[in-house]
Amino acid sequence: MSRYLLRHEAILAILLVLALFVLALQSDRFFTLDNLLNQGRLMAEVGLVALAMTFVIVSAGIDLSVGSILGLVAILLGIFWQKLGLPLPVAMVLGVVVGAIAGLVNGIIITRFRVPPLIATLATLALYRGLAEGISQARSVRGYPDWFFVLGQGEVLGIPTQLWIFLFCALIAAIVLGMSTFGRATYALGANAVAARFSGIPVDRTILLIYTASGLIAGLAAITFVSRVSTTRSDMGTGLELDVITAVVLGGTSIFGGRGTIIGTLLGLALMQALKNGLALAGVKGDGTIVVIGLILIATIVISNLVRRDVDG
Amino acid sequence: MAIAGAVARRSATSRLVEAYGQEFVVLGAIIALFVIVGAVNARFLNDNNLVNIFSGNAYIAVAAIGMSLVIISGHIDVSVGSLIGVLATIAGTLAVQGYPVWIAWSVPVLVGIVINALVGALIAYFRIPSIVVTLGMLSILKGGLISYTGGTWITNMPPAFFIAQARLFGIPAPVYFMVALTILMALWMRYASLGRSIYAVGGNVEAARASGLYPERICVLAFALHGFFAGIAALLFATQLQVIQSTVPPNLELTVITAAVIGGVSILGGTGTVIGSTLAAILFACISSALVFLNVSAYWLRAVLGLLILATVLADMARRRRHRAGGRL
Repeated sequence: MSRYLLRHEAILAILLVLALFVLALQSDRFFTLDNLLNQGRLMAEVGLVALAMTFVIVSAGIDLSVGSILGLVAILLGIFWQKLGLPLPVAMVLGVVVGAIAGLVNGIIITRFRVPPLIATLATLALYRGLAEGISQARSVRGYPDWFFVLGQGEVLGIPTQLWIFLFCALIAAIVLGMSTFGRATYALGANAVAARFSGIPVDRTILLIYTASGLIAGLAAITFVSRVSTTRSDMGTGLELDVITAVVLGGTSIFGGRGTIIGTLLGLALMQALKNGLALAGVKGDGTIVVIGLILIATIVISNLVRRDVDG
Repeated sequence: MAIAGAVARRSATSRLVEAYGQEFVVLGAIIALFVIVGAVNARFLNDNNLVNIFSGNAYIAVAAIGMSLVIISGHIDVSVGSLIGVLATIAGTLAVQGYPVWIAWSVPVLVGIVINALVGALIAYFRIPSIVVTLGMLSILKGGLISYTGGTWITNMPPAFFIAQARLFGIPAPVYFMVALTILMALWMRYASLGRSIYAVGGNVEAARASGLYPERICVLAFALHGFFAGIAALLFATQLQVIQSTVPPNLELTVITAAVIGGVSILGGTGTVIGSTLAAILFACISSALVFLNVSAYWLRAVLGLLILATVLADMARRRRHRAGGRL
C-alpha cells in the first residue's frame, strides 16, 4: 500500500514540476515570487478546509457542507461584531466555535442516526447556507478595523499571514494523520468500519471528532476569507466543497476511504492552484477554470480506479 | 397469541403506511398549508396565485421524477440544475436561430438523454461514486455555460416556441405535462418489469445481479431517463417566460433532490414513488409562495428546505431501523 502511495505522490510531484515548467514558459509573470506568494494566499482557505477533508475522506466519509459553514461563520462574525457589539477577537472565537458546533451536528447526525455522510451533509449544506441567508437577509457587513486585515492581507516575514496559519495546520494534520493513534484509527475505520469497531477502535468518537474538526477549520477559513476580502456576504464559500474535494482526491486520497496522505493533499492543492493561475494568465476566465477543475476531478478518479485495478489484479 | 395478533395487525397497517405513507403526509401538509395560509391571507387562494404555484413549478416536479429514478436506483445527481440551465439555453438558441420549433424542442431532450447516459456509464462501468461524477459535471456544465454565453439573455424566440404558456380548458400546459408524466412513470415503475428492476438494483445490487439483472445497464437506463425528464423540465423552464437567462437557476439541484427525498424516495435507494416527489415539489412551491403571503422574508426559504430534508431523512432512518428487514443499511 505504501509503495502505491509513494508512487501516486511521485507522479503528482512530477506533474506539478511539469505544470510549473510549462506555465513558467507560457508567461513570465507566473514564476515570480510575488505571484507565487499571492497564489499561496488565494489557496489558503481551500487548503485549510482540504486538510480536514483529507481526514473525512480517508474515514470513508464526505463533507459537502464546508462551504455553507464558511458562509455561516462569516455572516455570524459580522453579526456578533457589528450587531451585538462584541469585541472583534471575541466574535472571531465565537465564529470558530459555531463552525465547530456545525461540524459536530454533522457528526451527530452521521453517528447517532446512521445517516450516510453524503446525505447528512447535503441537508446541512442547505440548512447552514439558509441560516446564513436568513440571518443576514443578504446584507453585507463592512468596516472592520485595520488590525483585522493583517490575517488575510498582511504578511509576516514576507510571507502572507494565512499561509503561515495554513502551513502550521498542515504540519499538525500531517503528524496527526501519519503518526498518531487517532490517524491510524481514521485509516482503519475508512478501510473497514466494522472491523475497526471489532478491534476496539472508538469509531463513533473518531467520526465525531473528524467532522467537528472539519467544521472548526471551515470556521477558521471563514475568518481569513473575510479578512482577505474585507467584507462579509452570505454567499461566501459557495462551491468551496468542489475545490476542496477535487484537491484531496487529486492528491491521491481514495474516495472510498482508507487511503490518503496530507502530503498528497498538499501536492493536489498546489497542482490545482497552479492550473487555475496558469489558465487565468493564459486568458481563461474564472468560469472556464471551473470546467477544467470538474474535468480533472472526474479524470483523476477514472485513472486512479484503472490503476488500482491493475495493482489489485 | 395476542402479541402475534397485534404484530400481524400492525404489519398490515404499517405495510399500507410504508407503501404510501409519505405521500399521504405530503398531501396532508399541502392541504393544511392551503387552509392555514388561506385563512391568514385569502389572496393566497386566488386563481392567479394557484396557477403560479402549479404551472410555474411544474418543471421542478418533472425534474424530480427523473431524480427519483436516479435515487431509487441507489445514486444521486447534483448536476441536474446545471443540466437544465444548459438545455434551456440550447432550446432558446435553436429557436432564435430560426430552426423549426420541433427541433428546438427535441434537440435539448436528446442532448439531456445522451449527457446523462454518459454520466450513468461512467458511474456504472468505471465504478466512480455518482456524487463525484455529478459534482464534476456540475462544474463542467455550469462553467461551460457561463463562459460560453456570458450569462446573456436570450430573447425574440418565435411565438410558437412558448409551449409552457399554452392553455387547454384554462389550465396551463405545464400542469398537463406534470400530471401525465407523473402518472405514466408511476404506472411504469409499479408494473413494468424494467421499472421494477430499478427498485431491485437500488434495494440490493448483488441480489439483483444474482437474480439475472444487469445493474450496470439499469444504472445507465435510470440516468438516461433522468436526462429525458431534465430535457422536458428545461423546455418548460425555457418557455414559461419571454426571456431565457442563460445561467444556471440557483439551488435548482437542491430543490429537485429535496422534492424527491421528501416525497418518500429513500436516499439509500430501493423505495419511493414519483407521485410522492411530484406532491413534494408542489408542497415546496406552496411553501415558498406562502412565505411571501405570510410576510416572511424569502431569504429563509433555503433554511426551511434544509430543515425539511433533514427531518425527512432522520424520519426515514428511524423508520428503517424499526422495520429493519433486509441487511442493507
